[in-house]
Amino acid sequence: MQAVTQATLEFVKQYWAPLVCGLTIVAVLPLIVGYVVLVERKIMADMQARLGPMRVGPHGLLQPIADAVKLLIKEDIIPENADKLVFWLAPVLSVGAALLAIAGLAIGPAFQIAKDINVGLLFVVGVSAMGIFGIVLGGWASNSHYSLIGALRSSAQLVSYETAAGMALVCGLLFAGTLNITSIVQAQYDQGIWFGLLEPIAFFTYLVASIAETNRAPFDLPEAESELVAGYMTEFSGFRWSLYFLAEYTNMIVVASVATTLFLGGWLRPFPKTTWLNFIDFLPPILITGVGVYCLMRTPKQPARVQQIFMLAVAGMCFAAAVVLAAPVLLRTPFVNPSLAAAAKPFYEGIHGGFWFIFKVSAYIYFFMWLRFTLPRYRFDQLMRLGWHFLIPLSIINVLLIGIAMIAGQYFHLTGWSLLLITIPASVIALIIALFILATEQKSEPQKASGAAPDSYA
Amino acid sequence: MLDQVIFYLFAAIAVISAILTVTRRNVVHSAIFLITALLATAGIFLQLRAEFLFIVQIILYVGGIMVLFVFVIMLVNLDVAVRQLQFARQKWVALLISLALAAQVGLMLWSTGKMPGQGVPVLAAAPVDKLPLNSEAVAKSLFETYLLPFEIASVLLLVAMIGAVVMAKKRI
Repeated sequence: MQAVTQATLEFVKQYWAPLVCGLTIVAVLPLIVGYVVLVERKIMADMQARLGPMRVGPHGLLQPIADAVKLLIKEDIIPENADKLVFWLAPVLSVGAALLAIAGLAIGPAFQIAKDINVGLLFVVGVSAMGIFGIVLGGWASNSHYSLIGALRSSAQLVSYETAAGMALVCGLLFAGTLNITSIVQAQYDQGIWFGLLEPIAFFTYLVASIAETNRAPFDLPEAESELVAGYMTEFSGFRWSLYFLAEYTNMIVVASVATTLFLGGWLRPFPKTTWLNFIDFLPPILITGVGVYCLMRTPKQPARVQQIFMLAVAGMCFAAAVVLAAPVLLRTPFVNPSLAAAAKPFYEGIHGGFWFIFKVSAYIYFFMWLRFTLPRYRFDQLMRLGWHFLIPLSIINVLLIGIAMIAGQYFHLTGWSLLLITIPASVIALIIALFILATEQKSEPQKASGAAPDSYA
Repeated sequence: MLDQVIFYLFAAIAVISAILTVTRRNVVHSAIFLITALLATAGIFLQLRAEFLFIVQIILYVGGIMVLFVFVIMLVNLDVAVRQLQFARQKWVALLISLALAAQVGLMLWSTGKMPGQGVPVLAAAPVDKLPLNSEAVAKSLFETYLLPFEIASVLLLVAMIGAVVMAKKRI
């Protein structure tokens, strides 16, 4: 009897727990993406000195739900001459790949759907790159010139920037020595320094390449509305269009998580090993409490009763979150019984790990948005020149020099922060060589007649 | 039990989509089925706990078939291609060769059951926790045991790449 129970438990743990986790994420992710879109619109409004969505719910907080309902009940149009099957398949493929990539990510030391994949990082990167098929097939199947040009641009962009991104990842993996996501973060804990600081050039390359891969501004050539209507999604409407949208934002979350894991220390807090900086653990609860207090202060100023109640609810949730965040830290202070502190350790790692991970991912995505509202769009030939003439040489030289620096570091027995002594000069030299290459390329390029139109296929 | 079900599922998908790759008239549909066949093969790799092969299969073919797509879209006129003859007039030769191949494979499988020490060696499955780590094992065999062949192969690829650039570029 006991053996049967044991076996059942094992089966549930092995097969059903990841399944339930995955289903939860698939169910909740559209909501998260909806709110990321709302946050993006609010940030855009803030940067352009206006209010953004304000009508649906207090401060427009129910806008994503209204948008989702609108998208779901919109008419679903399939063009007469479209390839019906491929047209149906393409958005599904795009969103499926993005959601599958989420499975490999680790949000905390214990929270990962596909636990301990040996090739974790490659899995996330490779599977999320599959999403490009959705874009290309969708653009082809629509049987429209705008869509086709968008799809071709998208594939060219992916092939060009994937190389640079891959080289940047190689750079980070040199120091990690493993592809397993949990071990990568553990390696950063052992070094006591984030890999993003050790190799700033690789981080920068990945940042630029990841913007290009997710087709975000300033590299949103595949959907450039001033030239191509909406690029590959011109012919898509209603629910199919929203699937593409979901895939794009999920991909943003995926690349932000990859960058966080490899370059920003994953779920580790800043300075994870320095014990005298342990007070950093108190920052998250204080921050959340501050948000709650701010909400309480703003409550009397709200014009409508509903909005006041809503503000109070938000403040209450903030205080609850602050208590949850503070409890494990307080239990770990030296005044508490050590056995209790040991019991609180997994809770501390899980809760604070989750907080820092989500915090860093949010910061990365905020940076994406900031760039989108600041920089104008590139022209296609400029995009290709940036990729092939600058980023790819830079990342290849950087891999070479960082590798040499790592060997030298082992030779001089440098670890942790003192590794900076050797990796920073290597990065600077790599940057100088790449800029030199760029300069010679531009000098040898014959000046084209200024009136000639740039080749849109490039 | 579950393992077998998953294996036969993947195998069936791979075989059926490989057949469809050849028989579809629309080239883009062929390419889609080619991806499906390769992904199903990747699934079988994963089931054999060859995670590295699984993900390399996916990454390489994503890039590879991406380029194939672009070629199809830019070079093949689909309306003309649909009206053209689909197969070359060598079906009897092809049939003969594939029958010979099938007979060979069948003989191997048959002799495995009948004659001990002949045919496909059936290896006992290693316990999961004894397996060496995947990417590490691949790296060891590539960079220790087979370093020289590996380097020769990469030099060969580099030469081909440089040759392609030299031939494609009008002015160097």
